[in-house]
Amino acid sequence: MPMVTIAGKEIELDEEGFLTNLADWSRDVADYMAAEEKVEMTDAHWEVIDFLREYYDEYQIAPAVRVLTKAIGKKLGPDKGNNKYLYELFPYGPAKQACKIGGLPKPTGCI
Amino acid sequence: MAAPKFEVPTLTEFTAVPKIQEGSMAHMKSFVANEKVQSFLGYPWELGEDWKERAIDRMGDLLGKYRSLRVFMDACVHCGACTDKCHYFLGTADPKNMPVARQELMRKVYRRYFTLPGKMAPWLVGAEDLTQETLDDWYNYYHQCSECRRCSVYCPYGIDTAEITMAGREILNYVGMGQKYSNEIVGKVQKIGNNLGLPGPALEDTLAGLEEDVLDATGVAVKFPIDVEGAEIMLVTPSADFFSEPHVESLIGYAKVFHAAGVSWTLSSKASEAGNFGLFVANYDTMRTVANRIRDAALELGVKRIVVGECGHAWRVAYSFWNTLNGVGYGGDDPYAKQLQQQLDSRYPQPQHICEYTWDLIQQGALEFDKSLNDDRVITMHDSCNVARGSRMGNEAGGQFTIPRNIIKAVANNFHDMASETIGEGTFCCGGGGGLLTDDLMEVRVKGALPRMNALNNVVQGEQVNFMATICAICKAQFTKVLPYYGFDMSMVGGVHQLVSTAIKLD
Repeated sequence: MPMVTIAGKEIELDEEGFLTNLADWSRDVADYMAAEEKVEMTDAHWEVIDFLREYYDEYQIAPAVRVLTKAIGKKLGPDKGNNKYLYELFPYGPAKQACKIGGLPKPTGCI
Repeated sequence: MAAPKFEVPTLTEFTAVPKIQEGSMAHMKSFVANEKVQSFLGYPWELGEDWKERAIDRMGDLLGKYRSLRVFMDACVHCGACTDKCHYFLGTADPKNMPVARQELMRKVYRRYFTLPGKMAPWLVGAEDLTQETLDDWYNYYHQCSECRRCSVYCPYGIDTAEITMAGREILNYVGMGQKYSNEIVGKVQKIGNNLGLPGPALEDTLAGLEEDVLDATGVAVKFPIDVEGAEIMLVTPSADFFSEPHVESLIGYAKVFHAAGVSWTLSSKASEAGNFGLFVANYDTMRTVANRIRDAALELGVKRIVVGECGHAWRVAYSFWNTLNGVGYGGDDPYAKQLQQQLDSRYPQPQHICEYTWDLIQQGALEFDKSLNDDRVITMHDSCNVARGSRMGNEAGGQFTIPRNIIKAVANNFHDMASETIGEGTFCCGGGGGLLTDDLMEVRVKGALPRMNALNNVVQGEQVNFMATICAICKAQFTKVLPYYGFDMSMVGGVHQLVSTAIKLD
């Protein structure tokens, strides 16, 4: 598997660029992943990433898209609590791209 | 994760047969499963020195077990009727994506090792030794087939390329070349209960959130019950229905229908997945293990009916194989299957598709709709391959086509079918079925969607269609990703029960 050096630390990624060891995640890793994905991280992006990580800590899975949009809507206002807003932040789809940047495993299945 | 650059085909009025481009998709190789994924399923994860013997042995086993496979190996007369019927060939122009060529990848090896002329005079009968190059071709091209079976409809002998692809994948697994995407999922459903890996507490949290959403939107307390013992109906649905858009809109639709019918129903955390990727990798034991979660859940909860949500291949497995796999339906011959058959209510089809369930209620006059709520939509229907060619609904031939359309027409005013040769029994696959719904195969998914995109474009231009309904989680996910490549909005795709959800009246 490919190894990359991020902020002086050797980190292993899988074929798709997701972390092999979730404990390797740091904000530097997120910045690295975002650059790979050509996503420019703003406070709005971090709001989503922080929520994903909190949710993952509790449930060991990324939140369903509805759960995510609702949480973001509550935090940032109803005009942002929708799928379209999340796709603007993470054009490849919030489920996969935001999970990658947030250091979560890639969701699998018919999604 | 940005998909590699490739040329997106141009939309045309008709899908023309392309001039062949040899090797145009030879670079397309899905990620191979690693040790962790393979060892859980009892397969090796790299080619051993004896890989060739193992491959031939396994092929022999499969030829002995499945008479159909041997007939398909022997029967082809190379008439060419199938050549232009595969969406992947039409979209990629790679001649190895012609069904007959895909079959030939295995047939040439079959002839060499399993027929007398091939053993004695291979050069006369197109028989070839199994080589690493052929094995690599198997891996590449058996993962450019969605097992949709469209080609089999046009074959005068009914040769089913899907079965050959399935056998190819099983042999590949057996020698240590499993596909990461499908095999990871087959492991996850056994370990966690669904393809997504959604644990029970996350599922409960998600369902509680949906109850809140529906209450906010309608003022009606529609429930999403889980693990309720003694419920009348257990709903088994793809886990994407809990997780993704637009899938969840259909889940809300099912819940509203159950609410309006006043029936007691439940989901199960153990059987929180209708999908069964055991079908795609063609391992009967795996398919059975996955199917048995549903039997176990039904026995534990004591339900009387099993209803299956919008999932194409799940409905094929449920309708065509559950009876002998897990005893839902008549035919299972072990004590648990017999117990289940006694428990389930024989006045209803077991299993029953959610569309059959809803259509029955509509015919009884038990549901009321405000069709005008769907007036902003001009709707068409994409028939999903496994429903269209691997199952049926209702009591009449073709029920799997008429029942979903009848529902749409009962809940909405504007409906137009796509061209007849692109729907029904001849429906084109979405391009992402059969274990190909993975980012590493995006090029084949986009190109394989071309025939469907052309047919859709015609009704978009001619009839102002702006919504394509389907009853499969894979189709929904695939189109959400692929529609934008062709200039359409991703929200154009959705479920039949999404339309039901919009129009149904609740009290």
